[in-house]
Amino acid sequence: MARSVTTRRKTINTALAWAIGLLIFFPILWTILTSFKTEGQAISDPPVFLFFDWTLENYAIVQERSNYARFLWNSIIIAGGSTLLGVIIAVPAAWSMAFVPSKRTKDILLWMLSTKMLPAVGVLYPIYLIFIRMGLLDTRVGLVIVLMLINLPIIVWMLYTYFREIPGEILEAARMDGATLKEEILYVLTPMAVPGIASTLLLNFILAWNEAFWTLNLTAAKAGPLTAFIASYSSPEGLFYAKLSAASTMAIAPILILGWFSQKQLVRGLTFGAVK
Amino acid sequence: MGRITLDKVTKSFGAVEVIPPLDLTIEDGEFAVFVGPSGCGKSTLLRLIAGLEDVSSGQIRIDSQDATAVPPAKRGLAMVFQSYALYPHMSVRKNIAFPLKMAKMDPAEITRRVEAAASVLNLTDYLDRRPGQLSGGQRQRVAIGRSIVREPAAFLFDEPLSNLDAALRVGMRLEISELHKRLATTMIYVTHDQVEAMTMADKIVVLQAGVIEQVGSPLELYRTPRNKFVAGFIGSPTMNFIEGPEAAKYNAHTVGIRPEHIDVSETEGPWSGVVGVSEHLGSDTFFHIHETGLAETITVRAGGEVGFNHGDRIHLTPREDVMHRFDAEGLRIE
Repeated sequence: MARSVTTRRKTINTALAWAIGLLIFFPILWTILTSFKTEGQAISDPPVFLFFDWTLENYAIVQERSNYARFLWNSIIIAGGSTLLGVIIAVPAAWSMAFVPSKRTKDILLWMLSTKMLPAVGVLYPIYLIFIRMGLLDTRVGLVIVLMLINLPIIVWMLYTYFREIPGEILEAARMDGATLKEEILYVLTPMAVPGIASTLLLNFILAWNEAFWTLNLTAAKAGPLTAFIASYSSPEGLFYAKLSAASTMAIAPILILGWFSQKQLVRGLTFGAVK
Repeated sequence: MGRITLDKVTKSFGAVEVIPPLDLTIEDGEFAVFVGPSGCGKSTLLRLIAGLEDVSSGQIRIDSQDATAVPPAKRGLAMVFQSYALYPHMSVRKNIAFPLKMAKMDPAEITRRVEAAASVLNLTDYLDRRPGQLSGGQRQRVAIGRSIVREPAAFLFDEPLSNLDAALRVGMRLEISELHKRLATTMIYVTHDQVEAMTMADKIVVLQAGVIEQVGSPLELYRTPRNKFVAGFIGSPTMNFIEGPEAAKYNAHTVGIRPEHIDVSETEGPWSGVVGVSEHLGSDTFFHIHETGLAETITVRAGGEVGFNHGDRIHLTPREDVMHRFDAEGLRIE
């Protein structure tokens, strides 16, 4: 009896999990489907789900109208650069907080997180002015710096959580073995934290890839990444859902593929510390 | 060379003073064991010598050089940790070579030394494995290997055997003692196990609440414990303490008598009691005697073949020449 109850529960749970999963994925699925429709089918009422005339026309038009490769390249530089720079800065910060904590360490961590609570638009004006003065407006360097700063609290938090799991005795052993601080971080801590650092890199790459507020406000023609590429299809001449969807699909495809291949790493990173 | 001197060393964590001013000298080549109950400050003391903790005041000298402010890497000491603290991402070879690599030693010399250490410690077949693929005893040997290749001025051991099972512990105990005989390098060994202290040490330092209760050779501590704490801590099973009129007969507040210094008899003896639990070890038998009117329990060590039953009333004769007398403060009366 008990056995059959368990099986029934399992079935219900599985069905529920699939339902929730599909619900969450549905907007992306719908976007991808719409990108293969004609503009007419895209806005048809009732909407068509799978049975329409599949076409690649939208992709052709989008590619013709704007240079996808340039936007893609900008996205890679901006997301990759800001993530790498962030990790380089965050590793020593997280090291000090995890292994030589002071009375204020918890406060500093919270303070760092609190910067994420500030609405971004609140600092848009000063940052915009600074960018103009420093000649950083519409440059990839400028965006790398801004996105790095925006995501730095998350990077430090994640690395801090990982480093906390590494036994301090191993670092002390390295110190006894004659390692300098630099050697200790480079040869002992970093290799041991590779899984943690990898999922931190991955998550922040995704966050930076999808960041739209700053990339849209601080770029024009030159440094715009894929978010700007999508935005350019939602503008004055009215909405063309199919083309907008095609552009969106092209923009999220690289990160979706990356996420697919590294989902194990990612799940581990996000749930790390939750279960021992 | 490795003569280590602690001069009025203190250590406080915030407002808590864990080591009050403490003086101690460990001679070159000596095997010193710090022993005491948990929380007595023995590990802290070791970490102060290692440089992993800063002293609050006082001076630490290694070979008459002031090392108080010298970072751990520059003190020329090697440490073996309780958790082994091996680098999990490196092979055994790389683990052992790590201190030499940090010292920027010539690669050929590193290889030579690593292989020499591995053969001494029976690790040659495991050089390319990772620590995760080794047993507890092998890991401990790697940790020791990592410490000997550097030829340090002194070795520091922080409860290195407490993660091993009992049989392995006895074996490793011997290996470390043999290593000490061969290298003749200063070793400081921290343990809470008085058997390890008694079997390995040239000099035992008994600590309680950060204070040195007594320093001496194992037999000195066994024969002439300076106070009741040392008397109770050294020796297994622990010494019997008797207070009251029986102690007054010997002009003492408390008398202490070791279980091995009491003779048992079915018929005669000044003390008598009822046999409670008997522990038969084969070579020895430990009787726990109740209802003596002297103390709650008196432990007696008898030969392996002596057989009394639970509930038997037996007689005890203490050997008065090896009885210990203590005053009301617990200090030894000569």
